[in-house]
Amino acid sequence: MSQYIHDDKIEELELKANEARELLIEMLTEAGSGHTAGPLGMADIFTTMYFHVLNHDPKNTEMADRDRLILSNGHITPIRYVVMAMAGYFPVEELKTLRKFGSRLQGHPERERLPGVETTSGPLGSGLGQACGIAYAARMDKKNFRTFCLMSDGEHQEGSTWESIMFAGKNKLSNLTAIVDRNNIQIDGMTEDIMPLENFRAKYEAFNWHVLEVDGHNIEQFVDSIEQAKAIFEKPTVIIAHTIPGKGIKEIEFDYNWHGKPPKPEEAKKFLDELRTLGGKIKSEHQ
Amino acid sequence: MLNPEAKLISDLSKPEMLPTRDGYGKGLVQAGEKDDRVVVLCADLTESTRSLEFKEKFPERFIEIGVAEQNLALVASGMANYGKIPFISSYATFSPGRNNEQIRTNISINNVPVKIAGAHAGISVGPDGATHQALEDIALMRVQPRMVVVVPCDAVEAQKATLAGAFNDKPTYLRFGREKSPVITTDQTPFEIGKAIVLRDGKDCAIIGCGMLLYNALIAAEELSKEGLECMVVNSHTIKPLDEKTIIDAAQKCGAVVSVEEHQINGGLGSVVAESLSRNHPVPQEFIGIQDRFGESGTAAELIEAFGLSVTHIKEAAKKVISRK
Repeated sequence: MSQYIHDDKIEELELKANEARELLIEMLTEAGSGHTAGPLGMADIFTTMYFHVLNHDPKNTEMADRDRLILSNGHITPIRYVVMAMAGYFPVEELKTLRKFGSRLQGHPERERLPGVETTSGPLGSGLGQACGIAYAARMDKKNFRTFCLMSDGEHQEGSTWESIMFAGKNKLSNLTAIVDRNNIQIDGMTEDIMPLENFRAKYEAFNWHVLEVDGHNIEQFVDSIEQAKAIFEKPTVIIAHTIPGKGIKEIEFDYNWHGKPPKPEEAKKFLDELRTLGGKIKSEHQ
Repeated sequence: MLNPEAKLISDLSKPEMLPTRDGYGKGLVQAGEKDDRVVVLCADLTESTRSLEFKEKFPERFIEIGVAEQNLALVASGMANYGKIPFISSYATFSPGRNNEQIRTNISINNVPVKIAGAHAGISVGPDGATHQALEDIALMRVQPRMVVVVPCDAVEAQKATLAGAFNDKPTYLRFGREKSPVITTDQTPFEIGKAIVLRDGKDCAIIGCGMLLYNALIAAEELSKEGLECMVVNSHTIKPLDEKTIIDAAQKCGAVVSVEEHQINGGLGSVVAESLSRNHPVPQEFIGIQDRFGESGTAAELIEAFGLSVTHIKEAAKKVISRK
């Protein structure tokens, strides 16, 4: 049993994550474009961040001591939008405007358009450097908030990512936690076929990072790792979260063809039925 | 005659020689003294970008990034997002050259006030050769929405531009040279980002320039005066936002324009001026600048001559454009 989270809270988060998946499918179907697999795979982590981990206030997005959640791979922003709406940043109804003209919910997130988004992102390999800058500046000013950077595995093929990893390691940014969505897919196929990332753990360790690996759908494990990272001094921590792309919908799971397309309306109906009837199954897998 | 309001040095024949990067170094220290939010990030070029004095004075506010210009822009973006005022120092070919996309997405679209200082810009970089002579940086920066672009003409103006840039709360590009160049302005010379300065009055042709070549422009104007041609010389240190009023007034008064810059004629100050005048008051224009070529090794003086940027070239261009009126 976890030292850090009660079973009833885990159950609550699992139900919320399933609700997020449903809203996500509805939103992507309405938008008619966008990414499906990655956001589904990160539903558990985003839900846990916003409803358990982060010190934040949806009504005061500029709160000076808020934890910073930097999303590096901006293309999975739909799941962040969904969870932000559920947390009260904006009305859930607004999710229907995703990717539409005049919407605050841009295809890739923009800092100035939607309060709470923290950074503009989409082009890969740029989130961690910004998270480093925030964490470094916060340490200069003796601020105690934490900076989290959510990244994809594929963007570790960008050289700039490693520039930032090197910087964080050198500067011992222990107030920075990177969370890598290790789902093994990218647009053109499987990461290990396109340009292998393994040995992923050893690479981070060689750059002076503390490495934790978790099942990204196991909320208890994930919360434990977030808490463990707080106790690591002298090093930044990376949580390599092994996730299933498309998690929650069998037809999408593990299929890289679902990286960058939305469901069609008839598919959405089927997927929503699956989520609604199998909501209990997602939970039971972890029991 | 020289515009008395510009308060230039009294004797143009004997200017002090200093690189504009020296002015940047002094401006950084001044900005740092004024506001402790000012931080300086550098990519392994601390001495030659003149970030060293700031580093020695405020070591806790100096951040060494190593040879990693993409991360230089990213870390600065994060620090500005948090509330710092970061300057990033490197050579202009690398920053804003190599890290152009990081600047576009994470500074300009993100709209955070990072100050990008591009050193070693222009052909006058000299012996290092084409790879290190930034001739496209103005073009790269001026096309980004929200980005302010300033090209100081000498070390004194460079210091003022650095200080002004620190506190304008906008993404800003500042361009500096390596070689010693004439100091023509004084502490009394007015400086405001977005406000061009008429250095010399005239009616036959307006020479509109930026950077160290403004000295050549002034000398050319003095020599042409002896031949009976009176040229106005305008210091358009801010490429963006362009001081259109001063540029249009100059074109209306003189009816002909020569643009002068140490940059490709494609996309630099000359292009900016032509774009504005074609909309507002079209007049003949000649372009002194790099004519769609890369640079090469040589002394600054040799290269300025070889690439057509000398006093003689400016005089010829003025006569030619006057003949086209």
